[in-house]
Amino acid sequence: MALPKYTEPHYRIWHYIYLTICGAVFFFLIAPLFVIFPLSFNAEEFLSFSDGMKSLDPDAFSLRWYKDMIYGTKNPWGLAAKNSFVIAIFATIGSVVLGTVAALGLSSRHMPYKGLIMAVLISPMIVPLIISGVAIFFFMAKAGLAATHTGIVLAHIILGTPFVVITVTATLSGFDHSVTRAAASLGSDPVNTFMKITLPLILPGVISGGLFAFVTSFDEVVVVLFLAGLENTTIPIQMWTGLREQLSPTILAVATCLIILSTLILVTAELLRRRSERLRGINR
Amino acid sequence: MSSETKQILTTDGIPLEVSLKKAERKNKIKAFLLVAPLLFFLIITYVFPIGDMLFRSVDDKMVTQMLPKTFKAMENWDGQELPDEEVFAAFHEDFIKLVEDKREGKLSTQLNYTKNGFKSIIKKLRRASKKFEEGNYKEQIMSVHKRWADVEYWRAIQRRAPEFTGQKYLKGMDMYVNEEGKIVSVEEDRRIHRVLWLRTLEIAFFVTVFCFLMAYPIAHLLATLPMKYSNLLMICVLLPFWTSLLVRTASWMILLQQQGIVNDFFVGIGLVADDNRPEMMYNKTGSYVAMTQILLPFMVLPLYSVMKTISPSLMRAGKSLGGTPFVAFWKVYFPLTIPGIGAGCLLVFILAIGYYITPALVGGASGTLISNQIAFHMKSTLDWSFASAMGLMLLSGVLVIYWLYNKIVGIDNIKLG
Repeated sequence: MALPKYTEPHYRIWHYIYLTICGAVFFFLIAPLFVIFPLSFNAEEFLSFSDGMKSLDPDAFSLRWYKDMIYGTKNPWGLAAKNSFVIAIFATIGSVVLGTVAALGLSSRHMPYKGLIMAVLISPMIVPLIISGVAIFFFMAKAGLAATHTGIVLAHIILGTPFVVITVTATLSGFDHSVTRAAASLGSDPVNTFMKITLPLILPGVISGGLFAFVTSFDEVVVVLFLAGLENTTIPIQMWTGLREQLSPTILAVATCLIILSTLILVTAELLRRRSERLRGINR
Repeated sequence: MSSETKQILTTDGIPLEVSLKKAERKNKIKAFLLVAPLLFFLIITYVFPIGDMLFRSVDDKMVTQMLPKTFKAMENWDGQELPDEEVFAAFHEDFIKLVEDKREGKLSTQLNYTKNGFKSIIKKLRRASKKFEEGNYKEQIMSVHKRWADVEYWRAIQRRAPEFTGQKYLKGMDMYVNEEGKIVSVEEDRRIHRVLWLRTLEIAFFVTVFCFLMAYPIAHLLATLPMKYSNLLMICVLLPFWTSLLVRTASWMILLQQQGIVNDFFVGIGLVADDNRPEMMYNKTGSYVAMTQILLPFMVLPLYSVMKTISPSLMRAGKSLGGTPFVAFWKVYFPLTIPGIGAGCLLVFILAIGYYITPALVGGASGTLISNQIAFHMKSTLDWSFASAMGLMLLSGVLVIYWLYNKIVGIDNIKLG
C-alpha cells in the first residue's frame, strides 16, 4: 500500500499509525498461538521460558512431554484421541448427509415456509451452547443415551448440521439448475443425476461444510461435559480437566498437535474455497 | 376473459391451471421430503427438549404430590385463621405416608425454600407423630411446636399447592413471593444473580466494542491490500478461527499468569515492580483479554466480506470532490460498512453472552458469567429446574438479538470463512 508522492505529511504520519495499529492487532491475534510451540519442548516442568531456553541451550529442550503424551501410564490421551476421532468422523458423516440433503430441499424454489424452516435448522448454531447442552442432556438422559458414544455422536450431529446447511446452500446458490434438467431429459433418474452431476459440482461446499462439522465435533466441550462418562472421554474433556486442575506441559504438547491439525484443516478449507469460487466465477 | 384461459387444456384433457397446480404441489412435497429428515431429527432431539426445559422450569408437582389430601382439604380454607381439624387430619394422613416412604426429609427441604423454619419442626413432628392417638390431630400437632400453631406456616404450605410455579424465574432475578403474596427483591447483599446478569451484559458489550475497534482497521487493510499480501495476512485471522478454543484459552493462561510472559514484559520495561506483579488472570481482565482475542475473527470476517465489495474509486471520488481523506472516509466509506458492522457486532455479542469455557478457566470468581451459573446448578446443586429457568431467560435474550439480526442483516447472509 504505497502512498502517492503528493501525500501531505500529517496524512503520511496517520497512515503509518494505522499500519502500526493493524500490525499490533495481527500480533494480538496470532502471537498467543506461537507461545505454545516452544514451551511444549521445555525440558523442565515449568510453564515459562527457562534461562536455558532463552539462551537457546539445546539441553533446555526435549521431547519429554511428547513421550509422556504417548507413553505416559496415567495419561488418558490415547483413549481420548481415539474417542475424539471416532465421534468426530461419525458426527461428520451424519451432519454431511442430513445437511446436504436438507440444503438441496431448501434451495428448491418450491420449498414452502423457507424462512421458518431455515431458522429451525440453524438454531443450534445461534442458541448458546450451554442451553443446547442442557436441552440435549435432558433428551439423551430420557432416551437412555447419556454416557454413550451414540449419544455424543447424535449431539454433535445436531451442532454440526447448521454449518453444512449454510455452506451447501451457499454453494447451491450459484448452481445452474439447467444441468440437472438436461440430465433428466437425457433419461437419468434423480439419484443418478445427483451422484453424477450435482454432487461433483457442489463437492467443495459439501467438503468445507464437513470440515466445519468435523472441527465443531472435535473441539466441542460444553455439551460433552454434560453427556460423557469416563469411557467417553475426549481430547477437549481431557484438556478441560487438565487446565482446571494444573497446567502441565503435556497439555501443551497436545495443544501443539492440535494447532498442526487445525493448520492442515485451514489449508484444505482455503484451497476448497478458492476452487469453489473459481468454479462459480467469483474470483477476481 | 378468465373463462377463456380456463378453456386451455392439456393433452390429457385436464385444465392447464389444475395440471400446473398439481405439478407445483408435487415439487413442493419433493422439496419438503428432502428437508424432512433433518427437520424431524432436530425437532425430536433439540426443539422438544428445549420445550421440556420450559416445562421443567415451571414444574412444581413435587410438593403437590406429597400432600394431596392436605391440599384437597385446604380448598375450603380462607387462610385467615388457623385451618380446621379436617386439614390437620389430612395433613397427618399425608405425613404418615411420607414417613413410611422416608420422604419427609424432601418435604422439609422443599417447604424450607418457601419459608425458613420448616426443617426443625418437621423433624420434631416425625418424632412426635409415632405417639399420636387417633382423632383430634389439630391439638396434637399444635402441641409439637408453637410454629405449627402459627397460621403463617400453614399459609406457606398452601402456597405450594399449585402444580406450576414461576418462582424459579423470580429466583433468577433475585426476587421471591413473600408472606403477603407480593413479589419482592431479596436483601441487597444476596442479589447474586442480578450481579451476574449485569456482568454478563457488561462483558459481552465491552468485548463486542473491543472486537469492533480492533477488527475494523485490519478488515480494512485486508480488503484494500493486493490479493497476494492479503491472503497471507488472512491466515492470521483464519488460523485462530480454526484452532481449538481450549488451545487458545491455554495459551492465554500461560501468557497471563503471574510469572508469565506478559508480566515479564511489564517488569522488563519497568511498568510494574518485580515483587508487585499484577494479577491478570482469574478475574475480569482475564475474561476480557481472552474473549476478545477468541471472538475477534467473528468480527473480522463479516466486516471483510462487506468491505471487499466497496469500490476504492468511491473514496477517490469523495476526495476529488474536495473532501479530506477523513471526511471522505466518514461520509462515504463508513456508512457503506454498516451492514458488516451490524452483522459482526450481533454475532460477537450473541456468542459472548453465552460464553462458558473461557470465563470458567481464566475468569476466576469475578469474571464468570451467567452460563457458568447454569452449569453450576446442572452439575453441582442438581437444581435442574432452576438451571432450565435461567437457561430460558438467557435464550429469550438471545432470540431477541437473533430476531434483530434477521431484521437488519437477514439470516441467509451469514458467511463463514
